[in-house]
Amino acid sequence: MNARSAPPQTSAEAKIAADYVGARLSLPGGHAVADLRDAAFDAFMAAGFPTRRVEAWHYTDLKRAMSEALPIASPPSATSILAQGARLASLCPRMEDVDSLRVVLVDGHFIPALSDVVRLPQGVALHSLADALAHGDAALIEALAAPGLGQGDAALALNTAFMQGGFVLDIAAGVDVVHPIEVVSLSSSVAAQAIYGRSLVRLGAGARLTLVEAEACDNGSIEQRNCALVCQIADDATLEHVFVPAELSQGSTHVAHLLASLQSRASFNSFTLARGGGLVRRQVFLRFDGDHSKAQLAGANLLKGRDHCDTTLIVQHVAPHCESREYFKSVLDEEATGVYQGKVIVAPGAQKTDGAMKSHAILLSDGATMNNKPELEIFADDVVCGHGATVSQLDEDQLFYAQARGLPKHDAEAMLLEAFVDESADRIENEAIRAHVIALMGGWLAARRRA
Amino acid sequence: MLEIRNLHAEIDGKKIINGLSLTVNDGEIAAIMGPNGSGKSTLSYVISGREGYTVTDGEILLDGANLLEMDASVRAAKGVFLAFQYPLEIPGVTTMTFLKACMNAQRKARGEAEFSTPDFMKRVRAGAEKLGVPQDMLRRALNVGFSGGEKKRMEVLQMSLLEPTFAILDETDSGLDIDALRIVADGVNALRDPKRSFLVITHYQRLLDYIVPDTVHVMSKGRIVKTGGKELALELEANGYRDFVGEAA
Amino acid sequence: MAAVQETVDRVKSVDVDAYKYGFFTDIESDKAPKGLSEDTVRFISAKKNEPVWLTEWRLDAYRRWLTMTEPDWARVEYPKIDYQDLYYYSAPKSSPGPKNLDEVDPELLRVYEKLGIPLREQEVLAGVQERRVAVDAVFDSVSVATTFKAELAKAGVIFCPISEAVHSHPELVKKYLGSVVPVTDNYFATLNSAVFSDGSFVYIPPGVRCPMELSTYFRINEQNTGQFERTLIIADKGSYVSYLEGCTAPKRDENQLHAAVVELITHDDAEIKYSTVQNWYPGDSEGKGGIYNFVTKRGDCRGARSKISWTQVETGSAITWKYPSCILRGDESRGEFYSIAISNGRQQVDSGTKMIHLGKNTTSRIISKGISAGRSNNTYRGQVSAHRKATNARNFTNCDSLLIGETCGAHTIPYIEAKNATAVFEHEATTSKISEDQLFYCKQRGLSAEEATALIVNGFVRDVLQQLPMEFAVEAQKLISISLEGSVG
Repeated sequence: MNARSAPPQTSAEAKIAADYVGARLSLPGGHAVADLRDAAFDAFMAAGFPTRRVEAWHYTDLKRAMSEALPIASPPSATSILAQGARLASLCPRMEDVDSLRVVLVDGHFIPALSDVVRLPQGVALHSLADALAHGDAALIEALAAPGLGQGDAALALNTAFMQGGFVLDIAAGVDVVHPIEVVSLSSSVAAQAIYGRSLVRLGAGARLTLVEAEACDNGSIEQRNCALVCQIADDATLEHVFVPAELSQGSTHVAHLLASLQSRASFNSFTLARGGGLVRRQVFLRFDGDHSKAQLAGANLLKGRDHCDTTLIVQHVAPHCESREYFKSVLDEEATGVYQGKVIVAPGAQKTDGAMKSHAILLSDGATMNNKPELEIFADDVVCGHGATVSQLDEDQLFYAQARGLPKHDAEAMLLEAFVDESADRIENEAIRAHVIALMGGWLAARRRA
Repeated sequence: MLEIRNLHAEIDGKKIINGLSLTVNDGEIAAIMGPNGSGKSTLSYVISGREGYTVTDGEILLDGANLLEMDASVRAAKGVFLAFQYPLEIPGVTTMTFLKACMNAQRKARGEAEFSTPDFMKRVRAGAEKLGVPQDMLRRALNVGFSGGEKKRMEVLQMSLLEPTFAILDETDSGLDIDALRIVADGVNALRDPKRSFLVITHYQRLLDYIVPDTVHVMSKGRIVKTGGKELALELEANGYRDFVGEAA
Repeated sequence: MAAVQETVDRVKSVDVDAYKYGFFTDIESDKAPKGLSEDTVRFISAKKNEPVWLTEWRLDAYRRWLTMTEPDWARVEYPKIDYQDLYYYSAPKSSPGPKNLDEVDPELLRVYEKLGIPLREQEVLAGVQERRVAVDAVFDSVSVATTFKAELAKAGVIFCPISEAVHSHPELVKKYLGSVVPVTDNYFATLNSAVFSDGSFVYIPPGVRCPMELSTYFRINEQNTGQFERTLIIADKGSYVSYLEGCTAPKRDENQLHAAVVELITHDDAEIKYSTVQNWYPGDSEGKGGIYNFVTKRGDCRGARSKISWTQVETGSAITWKYPSCILRGDESRGEFYSIAISNGRQQVDSGTKMIHLGKNTTSRIISKGISAGRSNNTYRGQVSAHRKATNARNFTNCDSLLIGETCGAHTIPYIEAKNATAVFEHEATTSKISEDQLFYCKQRGLSAEEATALIVNGFVRDVLQQLPMEFAVEAQKLISISLEGSVG
């Protein structure tokens, strides 16, 4: 209504503009992809990095966090790949009792040599994003663009403009992929760098897949990650997804987009375990295109120090008779800030929608902050939607009870916290992977107890 | 007198009632027994006028008047009462308020004078006392936070106050312990009247020890497959539904 | 239930556009020239014979307003308001100020009679009403009558038009005006600060429990006239007051602007209970006409253990933009917000509250019931925030929406911000429609669809209705059914 004059460009934005001009011709993809990138770049430049004045970014100022734009990671060299391969097993040990098929990314780029490509079963096709962009058909380009999801989001537009790393995974109709596919992301460089990856997972009708995304980063350097995963789930297909982002070093920014669309009778279950590391923005855009589908977005945020973790979910019910569940637990220690923004949109005609979201947070320290914004936007009448949000402390009575039974205070706290966060992991269907996630959460809590 | 002639009814295109005929005379207590999924609850909904069911053939007459042409509230005013298997909760509306609204709506529809507040209170208090419904329950929101037994007792209290001519009890015994069952049954028996008839839908014979029926009908696959006296219920208890289900098929 | 029956009867008796206060009274008026300028501001100030400091205060607000832009974050849409096409001051010619009731234009008295507002004390005393309510009647830009002033004065309570308080109690007005809602708080509040016309002033001295309910009744009569009332209520230490506000306007094809500011201040141990039944003309079922209601209401729990409670029943206005809030500054202070917001036709409601916890051991409670019908949109927007030093802040929020029909929208936008580890916030919200099962259950007991809906809706809002003073609750209950007229299919 009131045209606000655009704020002056920051030096990081100017740097990104220059980077784009320089990289434009060498970025993968043909004319159609170039057009897509140009349009996204223009959209980004018009908006700039989001600030808190952008309602969807009410609690996270990306512009301020992006005080400089780091150089974009180039595809790793052969030597670098060898070096990463040598430390893969120690840096990212295999999950216990999970016989997964590994897909390895180094600095965001798919490295077939380190991946279990030969073990991929029939009906599973895996390509690098660069290959897919160069040779893919129009349908693939459109799928990667995920039209209608995350529109207007400047951070996503930036990803579209620069996308280069990542993979495209296709599961043919009717294929049940027995072994979970585990995408392992490593960072090779010790120099500060920016990574723009985009990956696409397409499940054909009736297909089933468990996908784990595990990121590891041990080099202590600052990273700016802006990565997107697009999931297309066809009729009757089932996707279980677990995402464990890296704990980047302070000063890093990590924007992780998930763009999912579901056809009829499909099922999607996604879990995110965020353990902080600079500024983390997890944003999920999910849309029900077909009826009688179900989606669950769950997660745990374990934050300390000056961690800032923002979980923003936008779920669009376009088709009728769908069910969405959102369930998040946050533990905030020291001066950490947690953000939960959940928005459920029920479009006209999306009758019989059943939507529920919950966000529960425990504050452990006076310096910690939790912001909840659970939104409902409803344009159909025959719906059942609700949300609940709580912020509290550990229950004094429970603590005392445990202490009275002989547990030292720190142990009693850890036990109660564990029970609190484990509830979120209960939503992971695959038992072994659930155990793995619970172990990771236990590790965070144990580290806190020792501190 | 309730007469059902060759009733066919379906929901969402699925046939549930298949040519059912049944007569319940004034003053009669008729029991309908049958296995799960035989259409017993559907029959109670079709008689009382719940939306969503399509009657494709047949008729239902109450004292000669065609019920199928009437809205649920008009049927209620005509004297049809359904004691629900799962009574609904209405948050924020006290039981007293609800009872008064219903009683007066029905009286008004019949062209009778509405009850004055003291008159109404007197009736409710007396009815509640008989059924062992505590006074504070009347001040609470209808059925909200009531136990299973309390809800069923509330159904019978409503029935006694609304004085129907034809009452359907849909699985009124489900979820009741033996004491609650006796209280509810006593309440029903107290309402027996030469001008009032009952249709008691139940899965088990147990309820019929307390509310003794004149006739027992066995229902299967949407129709009555056997009719007999109260001894039929005992037979069913001993042998199960298998024989009758076979007969229908 | 008698009330249900009555509502249903009333619903049936009204025509499609059910607004019953839509009459216009032809009373000769004294207006400022059309449009807004420093001259307009000076004109209003001069009309009220204001001291220089207040004229300057207004002019300062006006100058700041010129630099501001209209907010656009709310979920409401309306054509751009032409602020130069409005009258900012209109007063019945015969009645330049409140005075003895015998001197008030009988035509005006008849207006209030028609609206059911008792202005003649003797009638009230004669038992027309069980409870006595003192009334300040504001007609367009001026207060035309204030009742029971003398009796209230005996208790030390000051209840008068704010234009009069400026002269009779300048030290109080000067001290408190703009102390809760600063001049530059927001676009509409700043506009109000520049051109506010009249409104009520209440001061309850220490330890006094106000002997009767106080009430202000706002009426917009003139065409193309904005109403900019200003209310200021101060409850000094240990005092208590219950204040009611009602509002109506004639049916008109064009929209009218209402931008009020209400400031409440409670000192130690004081309590203000503020109830509103907002029944401005909502426009017709096609969205033509109606009031644009942009209101800033805020309470400052300045003292320890003080309490402010807002209760609102919002049924009117084409656009509602209103967030009665509490600043919980004093330790152990308490804020409450109880709201029923009903929208039908093409109404747009964006309403809610803010509970800002600053002091220690502060508590707040929010109960919001939204009902959308027709083609309306109804948004709850609320903020609960505990600042760093607000140890043991407690909030409970319950926010339910009910949808009637498939062409309306119901939206919930809460901001829940805890910056203190000892805060305990609980928030729950649901959106649903009246269940088919409930409807059938009621119909099986003999209620018609309309009666059943009225009954279930009344149950839905009961928690809030119970917060209203008795006579208001009955009125509100009727209003709810009338507002939903035509929505039951």
